[in-house]
Amino acid sequence: MSITRRDTLALGLGAAALTILPFRLSAATEDAIAAFTGGADVADGGVDLTAPEIAENGNTVPIAVSAEGAAAILVLAAGNPTPGVAEFKFGPLAGSHSASTRIRLAGTQDVVAIAKMADGSFARASKTVKVTIGGCGG
Amino acid sequence: MAEGVKPRVKAPKSASAGEVVTIKTLISHPMESGQRKDSSGNKIPRSIINRFTCDFNGQNVIDVTMEAAISTNPYFEFEATVPEAGEFKFTWYDDDGSVYEDTKAVSIA
Repeated sequence: MSITRRDTLALGLGAAALTILPFRLSAATEDAIAAFTGGADVADGGVDLTAPEIAENGNTVPIAVSAEGAAAILVLAAGNPTPGVAEFKFGPLAGSHSASTRIRLAGTQDVVAIAKMADGSFARASKTVKVTIGGCGG
Repeated sequence: MAEGVKPRVKAPKSASAGEVVTIKTLISHPMESGQRKDSSGNKIPRSIINRFTCDFNGQNVIDVTMEAAISTNPYFEFEATVPEAGEFKFTWYDDDGSVYEDTKAVSIA
């Protein structure tokens, strides 16, 4: 079988779609982000999200978030039945703008952290976590 | 009310004024997500702790809103500034209206 010009183009398009796909989030996640930011622009970077690359048990996945000068950090799990995970609001006595906890992930997916900075701007970070056994029951 | 709920907090007993201390909290709670089904296929209703706050002498340190995706026995680790001798107050709010509390006194060394 010879590869025609048309096949090559189709392959190229497919590859392009695959690379774009991981950055697309579910509608529920987009809604949750919009509710938190009020539709404001969200810059990439400025937030540290620590999560394991591979989580054997989706029932307890340790994560840590930190963002210098953040007033609040929202954590979302884009592939869960309900994307919301937690929102950390830091008070005047917070020693650092960081926190860690353990979360449930239904399957391999992106975990997203969005920080609301003290000056009203927003920043985000996301990380893909591979989950061997999902943590939402069935 | 969920049964056997027991908060556990690890915080230093003393600190120097203005020191940043690490606090670890754990509370035993099933955190039923509302997604699971029982053996006959009925959904088990959601029953989680939906909010956790930590205050020091009335000033807020952290306020966490939790969703169903927080694991069983919710654990939090964070840092707090200790400006003076006083008391940390930890409060957990359950879906069913129960409130669980714990306090830790800190002295200035």
